[in-house]
Amino acid sequence: MYIIVVGGGKVGFHLAKELVEANHEVLVIEQDSTRAKEIADELGDIVMEGDGCEATVLDKAGTKRADILLAVTGDDEDNLVSCQVAKERFNVARTVARINNPNNEEIFRILNVDITVSATSAILAHIEPELPTHHLIPLMKLKGSGLELVEVRIPDDSGIVDQPIRNIRLPFQSLIALVISADGQPKVPTADTVIHAGDEVVAVTMHETEEQLRDALMSPLPARSF
Amino acid sequence: MRVVIMGCGRVGAALAGDLSREGKEVLILDTDPAAFRFLPDDFKGTTFVGNGLDIETLEKVRIREADVFVSATRGDNRNVMAAQIAKHIFGVKVCASRVFDPLREEMYRNLGLRTINPTRVQARRLKRIIEAPDDEAANVIVGEFMQQDELMRQEGA
Repeated sequence: MYIIVVGGGKVGFHLAKELVEANHEVLVIEQDSTRAKEIADELGDIVMEGDGCEATVLDKAGTKRADILLAVTGDDEDNLVSCQVAKERFNVARTVARINNPNNEEIFRILNVDITVSATSAILAHIEPELPTHHLIPLMKLKGSGLELVEVRIPDDSGIVDQPIRNIRLPFQSLIALVISADGQPKVPTADTVIHAGDEVVAVTMHETEEQLRDALMSPLPARSF
Repeated sequence: MRVVIMGCGRVGAALAGDLSREGKEVLILDTDPAAFRFLPDDFKGTTFVGNGLDIETLEKVRIREADVFVSATRGDNRNVMAAQIAKHIFGVKVCASRVFDPLREEMYRNLGLRTINPTRVQARRLKRIIEAPDDEAANVIVGEFMQQDELMRQEGA
């Protein structure tokens, strides 16, 4: 595959190195000439000096035939524009952006960047199980379906404590797949399964309805009974 | 009408002044509080220190209630990113940006932003004054430019 890496900082450099070792055709676009030379000394003639947001530079880089463009500079706005130019002008099939401000994840998705990678989110996902905060922990994304698996520990004050699952108002396309009780015993729930404080619940949900699911499972309001 | 302007350089500040004089509700954002010195003395709007790329800042300045968002910082990428956030996340109807790179300007215009590219006009004007036979003739041409700008301003008002 032909892969263009925009930004030759630490992330870009190590990424390029790995990709070269995996026998991909790689080009790093780096604005700073000193840094560009350093990378060339280490990795060989795979560096182009220039601004990876400029259409003329991307044109010279042969972006038309690139399979993937990875924008990994330290500035989110530069990464966004680089991906958008690659997509709009050169029809690159897959654009990947590094995101420094995790708030931008949603924005980049709406603005057509295919994949975003946020170090903050990645680290949070790893440490979240250790944190006593009441959040949904993303377990995995089910590729292409827009569905994902999430895990949540039911807080003591949740409105669904001691209620059967049938009383929980789950958002559209959400499903409780597994309930693990405080003693570690997992069970596949039915509509009559009663949720207890401290239960771990594994659910399938749409990315868009994640927040509604969190409210349904964790908010202290009493669940509506039918 | 409520207008939010990001970037209080000379252009952002002059625009803020013009709109404020017309009685519009103007809020101007800049990351550097010292930038507000460019604002004219009769500016009646609000200044806000913050980054227009940051969702939380945009919410603080009530971007949802804005009719117009303008980005005029020195960075093309910052300008188009902020304008796209205003348009696509917060639904601001009119989003305008200054973009120095002509190719990027054209692309984002095609993507639905209102953009201007000052570089071409300025290059053409610079060329005209260096081609003038002497300084006096050059000054006459600059006078013509100013007349053209004033005419445009009056038409716009």
